[in-house]
Amino acid sequence: MLRVLRDLLRYDGRFRFAFILLAAVVVMFLLSFVSPDDPNKTFVVAMDAPPSLDHLFGTNSRGQDIFWWLTFAVRNSLIMGVITAVISRVIAIIVGLTAGYQGGWLDRVLMSVNDSFVIMPLLPILILLGFLLRDMMNLFLLGVILGFFGWPYDARLIRSQVLSLKERSFTRTAVYSGTNGFWITINEHLPFVLPVVFATTINNLLWSIGTEVTLSVLGLSDLTTPSLGTALFWANQHGALVAGVWWWIAAPALVAIILFLGLYLFFASINEYIDPRTRLRLIGA
Amino acid sequence: MRRFLLRYLIPRFLQFLTIIFVGITVTFIIPRLAPTNPVEAQISMMMARGESLDPQSIASMRAALTDMYGLSGSPLQQYFAFWGRLFRGDVGPSLANFPTPVSEMIGQAMPYTLSLLVTAVIISWIFGNLFGALSSYYPKNKALSLIEVLGQAVRPIPYYIVAIVLLVVFAYFIPIFPFSGAYPVGTHPSWSLAFIWIYIKHSVLPAATLVLVGFGGWFIGMKSLTSNIISEDYVVYAETAGLKKSRILNYYIMRNALLPQLTGLAMSLGTVFSGALIMEVVFGFPGLGMLTMAAVLRNDYSMIMGIAIYSIVGVAVTVFLMDLIYPLFDPRVRYQ
Amino acid sequence: MALLSVENLSAYYRTEIYGISRTVRAVDGVSFELKPNEIYGVAGESSCGKTTLIKVISGNLKPPLKVNSGSVSYHFGIHAVDMLHISQEELRRDLRWKEISYVMQGSMSVLNPVRKIIRTFEDIVDTHEGIPDKKRFFEQVREHVNRLGLPSEVLTSYPHQLSGGMRQRVAIALATVFHPRLIIADEPTTALDVVVQRGVLQMIKDIQAMSNNTVLLVTHDMAVHANVADRVMIMYAGRIAEEAPTEIIFNAPLHPYTQHLIHSLPMIGERSNKVSLRGAPPNLANPPTGCRFHERCPYVMDICRTEVPELVTVQDGHRVACHLVKENPL
Repeated sequence: MLRVLRDLLRYDGRFRFAFILLAAVVVMFLLSFVSPDDPNKTFVVAMDAPPSLDHLFGTNSRGQDIFWWLTFAVRNSLIMGVITAVISRVIAIIVGLTAGYQGGWLDRVLMSVNDSFVIMPLLPILILLGFLLRDMMNLFLLGVILGFFGWPYDARLIRSQVLSLKERSFTRTAVYSGTNGFWITINEHLPFVLPVVFATTINNLLWSIGTEVTLSVLGLSDLTTPSLGTALFWANQHGALVAGVWWWIAAPALVAIILFLGLYLFFASINEYIDPRTRLRLIGA
Repeated sequence: MRRFLLRYLIPRFLQFLTIIFVGITVTFIIPRLAPTNPVEAQISMMMARGESLDPQSIASMRAALTDMYGLSGSPLQQYFAFWGRLFRGDVGPSLANFPTPVSEMIGQAMPYTLSLLVTAVIISWIFGNLFGALSSYYPKNKALSLIEVLGQAVRPIPYYIVAIVLLVVFAYFIPIFPFSGAYPVGTHPSWSLAFIWIYIKHSVLPAATLVLVGFGGWFIGMKSLTSNIISEDYVVYAETAGLKKSRILNYYIMRNALLPQLTGLAMSLGTVFSGALIMEVVFGFPGLGMLTMAAVLRNDYSMIMGIAIYSIVGVAVTVFLMDLIYPLFDPRVRYQ
Repeated sequence: MALLSVENLSAYYRTEIYGISRTVRAVDGVSFELKPNEIYGVAGESSCGKTTLIKVISGNLKPPLKVNSGSVSYHFGIHAVDMLHISQEELRRDLRWKEISYVMQGSMSVLNPVRKIIRTFEDIVDTHEGIPDKKRFFEQVREHVNRLGLPSEVLTSYPHQLSGGMRQRVAIALATVFHPRLIIADEPTTALDVVVQRGVLQMIKDIQAMSNNTVLLVTHDMAVHANVADRVMIMYAGRIAEEAPTEIIFNAPLHPYTQHLIHSLPMIGERSNKVSLRGAPPNLANPPTGCRFHERCPYVMDICRTEVPELVTVQDGHRVACHLVKENPL
């Protein structure tokens, strides 16, 4: 693991950049634990102060320091993203392994439903859900809901991996030696699929945090909890741009860009590293 | 022809039906799983607004709403009644603009979203593919590498953030584009040149949002497809045969790489559509996205339901139409 | 005068990824000549450098493949061409297809799947000679294909509508539109079934007899060489093991590797079991010292492990690289 990190840091410029961006995100995450301000309290500092040394990202019209507030937003958005990722990973692995290993009509039905979720516009459905659950919505629940919608794309990917593994000789050896199909899937296939699962996790984090932003902007999340989405919601709510408090919008946008770009480049770099073709070149086959 | 029907057309048609079935069923189930009863929520909201209602009219309203939401009868009866209404194209009246039908309001907003969406999707698809193929064929070109880096940098950012950044930069700090809306307050939509010009100016930033986010995906997709196709035998052969680079790029590489990208376009429509909805909110563009926003703000449940259903059916139909067109481009499907 | 002289050619693949660099010595110190009007066979197991050799002599060098040393020169009538120093544009305009054409390994997939066969003819002819008159061009192509025994309908078909053997014939028809002086055929019959193989080989022979050009036929299948080639070169691990006229290669092979290849051919009426060689061809990223065959050679001696055997001429047109031969000259 450390060797992989070292290799990537040394030879992949994109990974280095991603590493720096993600380090900044992690620092913000950690800083939230030592924040001098409570994000739920308003009017603790001067209102509408532009960015300065005292207030790195300025202050907002609710009298909050935007930087410290955003440290909580980053923490909450990430935690929510991880909840989504974990749930959707479990579903994607189960669906992908089952469809890939069983094949036949089960595969066809699962993939047909799967593709329906890939093709369908999910946002209107999520808006409908968010609308109906508005009164009880919190970040945890949102993470769970997104988890139930975020698996189809990755399930298809895992399935295609299993399909190619099924053709390898070790699977046949296991089948002929009488190993139970379920155990072949768990013992023999899962380890090969895990790197893919890891890479898609990052992509899934991106999707879930991005969707949270979208739903929050529409007012369909728990607006009292700091998150990247609610940051933008409150800025809009107070007409930040019209009032000239542009940093209130710009700061969360900047943090979001750093987070998204960092995660995406990290994903792209890892994805190339685990690509079988790259691995083949590495061992020189 | 029979193989074409059996192996191509019928599976695609079944997939089309599955999308509609799954999508509609999900929109049917969700409200019934929700702990809040939409009828009671609606009534309590009206009362909270301070409308004076006597018990009798509350009861009759409750009956009317229950009927409108399709909440009478057993779940199975409700489900079939739901489908029956959809087949008649009836998703009920808007609650916030009673009694205007939801479908009528969606019909008014649709052209704005569609014109923007279609233009932006086509532009980003064409340019993403073109530059992606070029950058793979000319890997040392500096300008193309720069385009790639920029495209990849925008690609992961959510539509909303890109829209906000464009708005802040090009309407707020450098005010070359209008701040909001599809036309200024006071003008009326018409087919005059002056209005079209105004409309285009208002559409540039919204369209740019969709184009910028979409571009990087097509670019990188095309680049990796192309780099695979470049080592295909028929390309190596064409090079060995001494064909000109432009001809190889056009007829041998692009022509083959565009086929999976066409499929990719169909698969991505749902996501782009979702992006268009939220982008409209940022720019106050009067399409389906603004309609959604207004519906959320005014608790217009039937409108949100209607938008969800219409967008699922709309995307499914478009994808199926694209499946129908696809064989025109791929002889392998055409002559099975 | 030789059509092609290759001298002391070495071509390596160099790759570097995550800091690990590797050099694969796919072709190492190879010298040979092609005469006008002959079918020259190149044989050897897979990954012995056959395909790399073809890439270099046909001027298809793409990184990570690089020529390390040696020369590749052609003599087309009065003008000589140095393949390793010619500009890409000159190569494309003057030589490709007009002088040197190519029937590729896996010809099944050399045809663009979304273009009709006639379009591929059009692409090639238009590039090199231009098509002033479409109708006449179509007539000419039809005549050309018919002469090679292909029905005219193939021209209006898409590749996936044709059988494997038909596609291979189309590829050969494409390679011969300009009657080039050299046709390089890389595994032209591999992956075809035996009956179709025969037809394709006959077609190659006929074309060669008709236009008196040179065919460089590369295949691992010794039976094909026995049937078609005038002279055969045996490659092993990037080097020439032996080269001789076909009868000599098959009747009096000197190199133990050649002997093994010949003896592994099935003979009619023969019942004995075939003996297979131990091991596999060496990894060319890290080739063995001395003779590259020594690890698998049944007659290995001490000298084989340390010294590279030179390619010596034992008799007119018969060259072999083996310490056994050097010590017991004929």
